[in-house]
Amino acid sequence: MISTWDELVTAALLGTERRTPPTRPRPGQDAAAALLDAAALRTVQRRAGLLPVAARELPEAAPEDPRPSLPPAARRRLELLLADRAGPGGGAGRRGSAPDLLELLPQWLAAANGHGYRAPAALLPALLDAARARSDLRPQALVLAGPRALWLARLNPQWKYALRGGPAPAPGTRPSDVGAVQRVWQEGLFSERVALLSSVRRHDPAGARELLATTWPRERAEDRLMFLDSLREELSLADEPFLEQALSDRSRNVRATAAELLSALPGSALAARMAERARSCVGLDRTGADAPRIAVEAPHECDGGMQRDGIVAKPPSGRGERSWWLSQLVEATPLDTWCERFGVTGAAEAVALPVADGWQPDLHAAWCRAAVRQRDGEWSRALLGPATSPPAPEGSSWRDPAKLLSALPPAERAEWVAEFIATHGLSEAFRLLGVCAVPWAEPLGRAVVDALDIARDAGSYPWSFSGVMGLAERCLDPAEADRLEVLTALPDDPEDGTGAPGAVGYWAEAFQRLVGTLRLRATMRAELAG
Amino acid sequence: MNPQGERWTAEQVLALAPDAASRKAGAKLAAPGPWSAAGARTTGDAGAVWGECAGSGSKPYRTVVDLSGHGGGPGFHCSCPSRKFPCKHALGLLLLWTEGEDAVPASGAEPPAWAGEWLERRRQRAERAAEPPTPADGPAAVDTEAARRRSERRAQRIAAGATELEQRLTDLLRGGLAAADGGSYGPWEETAARMVDAQAPGLAARVRELASVTGSGADRAARLLEECALLHTLNQGYLHLDRLPEALAATVRTRVGITSDAAALLASAAPVRDLWLVLAQQDSDDGRLITRKIWLHGRSTGRTALLLSYGAGGRAPELSLPTGLALDADIAYYPAARPLRAVLGTRHAAPAPSPEAPAGGDAAAALRAYGEALRDDPWLEAWPAIVSAVTPVPGPEQGWQLADAHGGSALPVDPRCGDRMGLWRLAAISGGSPVTVFGECGHRGFTPLTTWAPEPVAL
Repeated sequence: MISTWDELVTAALLGTERRTPPTRPRPGQDAAAALLDAAALRTVQRRAGLLPVAARELPEAAPEDPRPSLPPAARRRLELLLADRAGPGGGAGRRGSAPDLLELLPQWLAAANGHGYRAPAALLPALLDAARARSDLRPQALVLAGPRALWLARLNPQWKYALRGGPAPAPGTRPSDVGAVQRVWQEGLFSERVALLSSVRRHDPAGARELLATTWPRERAEDRLMFLDSLREELSLADEPFLEQALSDRSRNVRATAAELLSALPGSALAARMAERARSCVGLDRTGADAPRIAVEAPHECDGGMQRDGIVAKPPSGRGERSWWLSQLVEATPLDTWCERFGVTGAAEAVALPVADGWQPDLHAAWCRAAVRQRDGEWSRALLGPATSPPAPEGSSWRDPAKLLSALPPAERAEWVAEFIATHGLSEAFRLLGVCAVPWAEPLGRAVVDALDIARDAGSYPWSFSGVMGLAERCLDPAEADRLEVLTALPDDPEDGTGAPGAVGYWAEAFQRLVGTLRLRATMRAELAG
Repeated sequence: MNPQGERWTAEQVLALAPDAASRKAGAKLAAPGPWSAAGARTTGDAGAVWGECAGSGSKPYRTVVDLSGHGGGPGFHCSCPSRKFPCKHALGLLLLWTEGEDAVPASGAEPPAWAGEWLERRRQRAERAAEPPTPADGPAAVDTEAARRRSERRAQRIAAGATELEQRLTDLLRGGLAAADGGSYGPWEETAARMVDAQAPGLAARVRELASVTGSGADRAARLLEECALLHTLNQGYLHLDRLPEALAATVRTRVGITSDAAALLASAAPVRDLWLVLAQQDSDDGRLITRKIWLHGRSTGRTALLLSYGAGGRAPELSLPTGLALDADIAYYPAARPLRAVLGTRHAAPAPSPEAPAGGDAAAALRAYGEALRDDPWLEAWPAIVSAVTPVPGPEQGWQLADAHGGSALPVDPRCGDRMGLWRLAAISGGSPVTVFGECGHRGFTPLTTWAPEPVAL
């Protein structure tokens, strides 16, 4: 008796006591065993006769990535760095003496991208997962991952983020390929267009501006704002007519950004108009018996012209409107204006002039912002003052040394911060270190290490300095490792009982991790060089 | 493993790690910072790596690894208190050593005394073990007699267990699966325990499988019936062993859970010598025991073999053969109607890299091979297969497929692979183009284990 599988299942569900199964037992065999025999036969029959299924639509082929592949050692390193991403030992507690691999991933990615490598295909899923969890990794990770990662991301909803604003323009569009550029600009997604615009801007500043002008009137206000912002890079006087036009934009935010960009161009007409206004408010008073002082007469109104040039009429709460208007005027005024206005030869002299009626904080704060915006080294230097002068007390500071530093050349920045640390120690140094170029220049590196050494001798625990320690691991020049070796030795606890108990051991451990991390960074760099 | 003085690859080292946490901890220690006095000796067949690792204590840990493979695999020794084996220090040291001469110099120098003594003790132990035991007639003969009686007693116990299980199955079918539907888990657990008592761990495992069959309505009933029917066939096979051909009887014994001794097998079975390519190595961990499966493919015989190695109590299984190596060696297949599981015998040369993928077939060929294997062993869940020129089709929802380059047919991927990383790695490597994949093809679908890009990549 031949029965179908479904009949057998039905019989099994109901039970052979209730229904006679569609099977014929052998003599002496009970019905249930016969049912099992038949089912076994059917099962093996079905399994042995399995056929392939119809294929669904195949994914399109991933685009070629012509970049060279990683050297084998670097590839293994990436694998290890990615394997560590689940988190360093649960995060809590002491960090031990081993390097924190996850913290090295960003600089490894940047270095690999510097060499122009592509990520191995087998590691793309891990790389995409890592960048999904940490958005700060995304730009570099997606560059390394390249077009194949975007192809992969289209297949897995979990990696959708990679398709929203990747830093790389759509695969295959090189700024030199005019047709492709036009197509992406006209039809691309917003993120693709922003990426395209900044990439064109880097190679051909005028070309990018012209590209933007072709569609400018049709763009939405928030898009206009983002596009305008990408002109910040490679900004020059050639952009002035376009920006002047944007000063009459319908959107207030677009107008403000255009004004800000123009004021960063000391030769622009807007800057000249601002200088004109500022001159009428700030002058030198030689009438008094004492040395000449700067006299300030803040504006009495914010007229239409000022507003068109980007001055915001309504002050933030708690701020007087006249001082608010003055700050904005001075901030947008070319700094050269002042030397001429005060009859002095340089920024240092101008900064040293006394200011009447308590206007000094407002005036100097506006100058600081102007120096940063105009990237003026001389004024930044003058406003920063010597690194050895006492740091401004917390909260009252109108000077932002970290920002002013960023307008100085890297070597000078490092020297200033080194001197600052040598004088004031590490407690205020974290933000300043953040703006220094990596790897740290030698004097800076020495200053940091010396300061850590002093902190150790003072008997505090190393985790009071974990922020700076972490920065040092990532930013010190790996060549310093040998010089630091001596600090990793484990001295005896001080006999006089000074210092926190056990601190020396923890310090030795912290320095071991520092040296280990530096050595590892040197190894990683060598691996990438191939 | 590499007596020629080659450094291992990081993959080879990481394969030794007992678990993911050790892997991570080892990778962190693979930096020069904590290590001092590290060195290696790679001359001749007495390779070793040693070093001192600064920890939180005042004394550094002393770590030494014997690479020579005396006694079946690398040996580890460390003064740290970790119960992991190998510990993170040994792994870190080996990883550092893989980075090259700058990281750990292999000067050929002698190890320091503390390392040298341990290495020497280990070498002597291995030599003693290699000596053939002195024959002693009297006790050995008694042993054989006692062993025969023991195995007879066990056979009777298993037969009783199989009979009881048959009763349980026919009772179930008499009353109907529908009636037994609710709360059937407990009774099955109890039956499984009875099978363990009957010394039939193979039957116990299948009974537990029954308890884990889930799903709804007719689908669940169908799968339950399949499992019950195959279990019934196995019981019947065991109860009528004398009427089965010898090879099938061996298969039934193995499936019921009677293991054969590897050493005895190597001594008695005819060895198959070939250049065996390691197709895949995969670990599974049930919390108590790590089971490592290593699939081999013989270059001249074209046969596939499966080696099993176990690690208990936090130790990594001793045998480690990274994918992509080929080794000239003897293996002995366990007797079976469809031989697959084997044990590694004499190695005639050190393993050498052999990165190319062996030739494979299409989707239909993989299913056909499984079907043919079922003819000999109806209890087979899957059969190893190499498929050439297939394109992975991701399907987070409809299920993944491996599609033939031509003809529009495809192998469904076993849904139990889920959406795991290995499948995405396969998709990334393929990039929408055909690749070669090794895996297991069974009635639930295909489980990819390795692909070639062009060097082998574990999935």
